[in-house]
Amino acid sequence: MAEPQRAAGGGIRIAGVSHTYRPPRGRAVLALDHVSLEAGDNEFLALLGPSGCGKSTMLYLIGGFLPIESGVIEVRGKRVTAPGPDRGVVFQHFALFPWKTVRENVLYGLEKQRLPKAERMERAMAFIEKVNLTGFEDAYPAQLSGGMKQRVAIARTLAMDPSVLLMDEPFGALDAQTRRLMQEELLGILARNTKTVVFVTHDVQEAVLLADRVAVMSARPGRIKEIVDVADVGGTADAIRDRRFVEKVDYLWNSVRGEALAAQKGV
Amino acid sequence: MTAFLWRYSPLFLIAAAWEIAPRSGMLDAALLPPFSEVMAAMARLIIDPGLYVHAAASLMREIAGLGLAVVVGVGLGIVMAWYAPVRILVNPLVRCIYPMPKSALIPVMIMWLGLGHLAKIGLIFMGCLLPVIVSSYNAARGVETVLIWSAQNAGASRREILTEIVLPASMPEILSGVRTALALSFVLLVSSEFLMAREGLGYMIAFLGEGGIYDAMFATVLLVSGIGFAADRAYLAFTRRALAWRA
Repeated sequence: MAEPQRAAGGGIRIAGVSHTYRPPRGRAVLALDHVSLEAGDNEFLALLGPSGCGKSTMLYLIGGFLPIESGVIEVRGKRVTAPGPDRGVVFQHFALFPWKTVRENVLYGLEKQRLPKAERMERAMAFIEKVNLTGFEDAYPAQLSGGMKQRVAIARTLAMDPSVLLMDEPFGALDAQTRRLMQEELLGILARNTKTVVFVTHDVQEAVLLADRVAVMSARPGRIKEIVDVADVGGTADAIRDRRFVEKVDYLWNSVRGEALAAQKGV
Repeated sequence: MTAFLWRYSPLFLIAAAWEIAPRSGMLDAALLPPFSEVMAAMARLIIDPGLYVHAAASLMREIAGLGLAVVVGVGLGIVMAWYAPVRILVNPLVRCIYPMPKSALIPVMIMWLGLGHLAKIGLIFMGCLLPVIVSSYNAARGVETVLIWSAQNAGASRREILTEIVLPASMPEILSGVRTALALSFVLLVSSEFLMAREGLGYMIAFLGEGGIYDAMFATVLLVSGIGFAADRAYLAFTRRALAWRA
């Protein structure tokens, strides 16, 4: 694969990134091996792969949470060296602050960005409304269902207005029905709110439904196996019955299947 | 109220046995005065201003020693979890001092700090410091990485992450460590006042015992137990309020 060229405006450029995972005990494991990848401005890119293929690690590297040991990651032409509010992150297990109410959770980042108080309040309420949680502003996370918690996390992230949205299996901890509803909701939110999105998942159907392109990752060490354009299918809740949608899902499932089997064997 | 009476009904049984045993001659009334006499002594104590001088001295030592231990212990525990140099320096000390019986320090404290308030405050501080350090340290080490990442992502500084994320996230475990310290502080208070004091509730117990005034001595023992119990209940109520977010 040719080295990707400069990403456009709000895009992400990943060039030759490797990452070695060093557990406190035991031997080092090569998690990512020379990954090069690009996400265009306002593109929705899904990272699809079996468990342990390093797709979450890739996301944490873009987020600036892990040190980039080799290779380069650029977001909007700026090299990533540390976490920053230009990249909003949604984690699988929500990562809400349990001692803060819904409103306080959404407000936290806005306070850190030193927005004027009136504007903070207004923005927080607007995003709580956008994720349909009006009436739960003063509830604590422990009082909410999994789906509601993830909606708070999405509101908290979107309220910061990041140019890039990084989502780490955000619906992976939810039951199947809630997951479907949340996928539809996310499509609705993003339709009004254009962002560059990198979305990590091991759910093929979810990837095709939501993404413009799907990058299939190999079992450990993670490499980009292939990139499939799915922009013309999915995008609405009804799309999943479409013949071309089903074909794309089948194609990707076959692609990822071998990797999942390899991962199961613990290669 | 009925539930409350039921829960504490064993205490009434003990009080009844306490009344009957010395009166019936099963126990020597000189060594264990009947419960009613102890209660009468308690009533005399409560209207005696002298009691409040002793109680105030004890309370002051207790609050100063425990308060200092909480402030220093939480700070040190969290900093230990967060900064490797501090951990490397302090952790071996904590591990060595933790299993040591703190009452063994009483002579040392007298030697260094004399017979006044400072020696008791020092002892309570030393004793309470360790459970607070250990619970704060464990709590701070166990804070979920994604919470810290979320705060970093929002633009929080290192100091803000410590005070706004690590501290509140550690609060449940810290508060349970402080409860252990609270119970320990009463033990250390009373035992240090037995051995080296001219005032305080522990001193009163020792003084009354040596003087053979057993009804008043038992009354003081009950009073100290009551204060300890009330402090623990009040602390639990405070904890429940502070951790209301756990739902």
